[in-house]
Formats: sequence, structure tokens, C-alpha cells
Amino acid sequence: MTDFEPTIIAFVCNWCTYTAADLAGTSRLMYPANVRLVRVMCTGMVDPKYVIKSFLEGADAVLVSGCHPGDCHYINGNFKARRRIKLLKEILPQFGFENKRLKLTWIGASDGIQFADTISKMVDDIKSLGPSRVKTRMVI
Amino acid sequence: MATTVKIEVKDNDIVASLQVFLKSVLGQPRIGAMLVSQHLPMKNVVMPTLVTDPEALEGADPLAPSFPLNAAKLVSRLTRKPSGAIIAAVLRPCEIRAFVELVKLNQAGRENLILIGFDCLGAYKNSDYLKVVNKDGDKATQKFYEQVLLKNDLSSEEIEISNACKACEHPLPEGVDITIGLLGAPVKDYLWIKADTAEGENILAKLNLTSVDEPPDRNRAVELLLEKRLAYRDRMFEENHLATGNIEKLTTYLAGCVNCYNCRVACPVCYCRECVFVTDVFDHEPAQYLRWSNRKKLIKMPTDTVFYHITRLAHMSTACVGCGQCSNACPNDIPVMELFRTVAHKTQQAFAYEAGRNLDEPPPLSVFKEDEFKELTAINE
Repeated sequence: MTDFEPTIIAFVCNWCTYTAADLAGTSRLMYPANVRLVRVMCTGMVDPKYVIKSFLEGADAVLVSGCHPGDCHYINGNFKARRRIKLLKEILPQFGFENKRLKLTWIGASDGIQFADTISKMVDDIKSLGPSRVKTRMVI
Repeated sequence: MATTVKIEVKDNDIVASLQVFLKSVLGQPRIGAMLVSQHLPMKNVVMPTLVTDPEALEGADPLAPSFPLNAAKLVSRLTRKPSGAIIAAVLRPCEIRAFVELVKLNQAGRENLILIGFDCLGAYKNSDYLKVVNKDGDKATQKFYEQVLLKNDLSSEEIEISNACKACEHPLPEGVDITIGLLGAPVKDYLWIKADTAEGENILAKLNLTSVDEPPDRNRAVELLLEKRLAYRDRMFEENHLATGNIEKLTTYLAGCVNCYNCRVACPVCYCRECVFVTDVFDHEPAQYLRWSNRKKLIKMPTDTVFYHITRLAHMSTACVGCGQCSNACPNDIPVMELFRTVAHKTQQAFAYEAGRNLDEPPPLSVFKEDEFKELTAINE
């Protein structure tokens, strides 16, 4: 499917990954426009239901991205996020959501290049995986 | 060596013998009240009751194969603050395990509480129990135990125990003060009682019961039961994977859901005062429904049913004890327990956790380690 453009919802923390995305922009780095950024104060506030809702609304992939371990503005929110992603990675595959569609990364405020690379790679991966089957189905 | 004693069974009547025992426990001056299931005087249904007078235990029947609700929530109400009395609670193993989860979630307290557990051979679905009790009345319990203990048959009178009970690998009470043993005991002659804690020893010491060794057949009986239960459970997991393995299948599985939230109300470990699903987050704008419908041509109303169940799995599956009250409560007979147990088995395994096993293990989502799950953030996952 060559004309498939995936929709990726990214929950990014204010202090690291959002700043990295900003840096990527101000550095005029190119990355695919498939990603919709949702700025949150910390990945530790990403309730599993945000991720579930994104998928049920037809997102092809979800990225949760925050500060590197030890760098969390709220000390340990990213570690809490990691447990929640682990939990979701147990639940969602039970219902046919491939594990690749949910990604957790640590991207620091100065890692604009890494942010652009991560999004590019993720878009490639999801393109080869194909669209989420929820997109066209009646699932509410 | 733990104290183990026996209570005589007279006239083949387990229920009456147990009542004598419970009366003698509640008769001890330091015990202020007892939470125990009873046949209600006004109607022949069995419900948990809070009893302060030993004489009011005439209808006590904790062994009744009836499970109208998970009483862990009631114990939580009685123990979340000091009540001023020591309360003895006679509970099923799954109620005890749910209670353990509630203590860890700061919804209940283990202090001033004496837990009395018994070997659980299962219970009927609500609707099935009503049929049985209407037919057999007071003798329903006795008949059930004769069937399952003496004939070792888990189905009685062609009505089977609930699926949750058939799949339960925890028939023995854990973390209790006193165990009432049925498995492997010569229940025509006596029930076997064991003190599991110093508190339990203390109580039994005052009752002057004859001591007796653990029944030699007990281990074998437990093994046989577990073998049967685990086989059923694993088959159930497989069947559930097949029935819910992708989103269309899951939608079909949950098609009958009407957002009544009975499963959540009945769930002993769903403890939030206000569930997010009843907040205005889900008071969608009328135009929102039309947008959804426009996008998909057709949407099922009410909306947010699949979303609700997956979210509940994320919120509570690590605490799921598999009591099956969710299925019991569903007005449209959705096999909720089967789905939740199957997923909970996975999520609890992922954190090497088992709901209700131990008061000292923190709930997995309440803690973290710095050095874990590093594969999740590996660059080229």
C-alpha cells in the first residue's frame, strides 16, 4: 500500500521530547508530517486510557516519549510511564494491536536530530505494517 | 507446629456443626462482631450479615454455594477506619484475596480483624443458586457438599458451579488466621480446623476442641482439585484468545454491553469513588456522535463500550482475583470474567505479581525500579 500515510499520536513531555521537537523545527530538520504531537507535562501523566482511546479512534501508532532516566523534571514520572507502557504492551496485543504500534522512547531536550530520526523510522515501520484495522471498523 | 483441631459433625449436618463453632468464636468476649453469610429470616437467600450476638447465628451458612457479591468490599467498609471492636470475618478465598488487594490500595485495614477462611469448592451463579435454594431450601448447602466432597463431582443436580469457580486455582484460603478444612477431611465425622497465626492459636486455645492431625488425604484431594481447575482455566484462556484475538472479535464479544457498569460495581477491586467513565469526560457533544457516525457510517450506541472494558483492564487487571462477580452482574450474559482473567493472567505475569497473594508485595503500578523493562526503550526495538 504505497499511498498509505499513517497517523501517529505522540504524547511528548514538556521538558524533554517536546523541546526536542521544537529544536528539530528551529534547526530546520525535516521529518514526516504524520505525527500529531500532544504536549503533556510529563509522560508519567499519560493514563493508559489516552493510548487506548488513540488506538480506538484509529491511530496507526502511538508514541510516548519523555526524558531520559534520571532527567525527569518530576524525578521519576518516566519510570512510572514505563510500567504503564509495559502494561499496555501486555493488553493491546491480546486484541490484535501489534506491539510495534506502541512505542516508548527517551528523547532529551537537546536531541532534535534523534527526534526527527525516531519519527522517520516509526513512519517507515508503520507503513510497512499497514493501517490499523480499527480505522475502517465500527469500534467505539 | 500449628494447632489443628476438629469440630464434630453430628447427624451428617455440616452447617449446624459449623454454626456451633462460629457461635463459640463470637462468644469470646474480645470479639465484638462477626461478618458471616446467613440465610436471611425474611427470605431464603444467603447474604453477608454483621452479627454481634452469638444467638443470632442461627441461619449462618458461610459454606452455602451462593456468591451474591464479593464481601471484600464490605470488610473494607468495616475496617477502613478503626471500628472500636475486633471483627471476625468468615470469607471465601477469593474474597480474602480481594481484601488483600484493597488493603494494599489503602481501602481497608488488617488490624483488629480476624480472618476465618474455608476450603472453597465453588458456588453457583446467582440465578442458579436461586433455583437450587427454592427447591432444596435449608438443605441446599448440605446437598451440595455431599455431592462434591463425597462423590467428588463438581456438578450437582445438573446445575454447575460458576465458570469463575471452575477456573479457580485458589480453593484454599491464604493469609487467614483460621482455616476451616473440608478437603480430604472425613466430613461425615468432623471438620478440620487449623490456626494459621498466633491470633488464630489464641482463639482455638480457648475453645477446648479435640486436637487432630491434618487429614492424611488432604494433600491428595487438593492436588486433584487443582489439576481439574487448572485444566479448565487453561482451556478457558485458549478459548478466550480465539474469541477476542482481534478488534472485530472483541467488538463482537462485547456487543451486548449497554454501559450499565454493573461489572465495575460488582468488582471488588474497582475502588475509585468516581470512575472516569461516569464523569463529564464521557458526556460527548451531540455533534460528536454524528461525526463518529459520519466517519464509520454506523456506530453502536451506547458508545465507549469497548473503550470502557479495555480501560478497565488497564486500570484493574493487575489486581483481578478472578472471583467472577463481573460475569455474575452482567445483565446481558457477556462472559466478562473469562476476558478479564485471561488478560489479568498476562498482566500479572508481566510484573511477577499475583493479586491477593501477599500483603507485602506492592501493586505493580504503584512502584517502579530504575533497572527494568529496558527493552521497551531500546532504540531499534
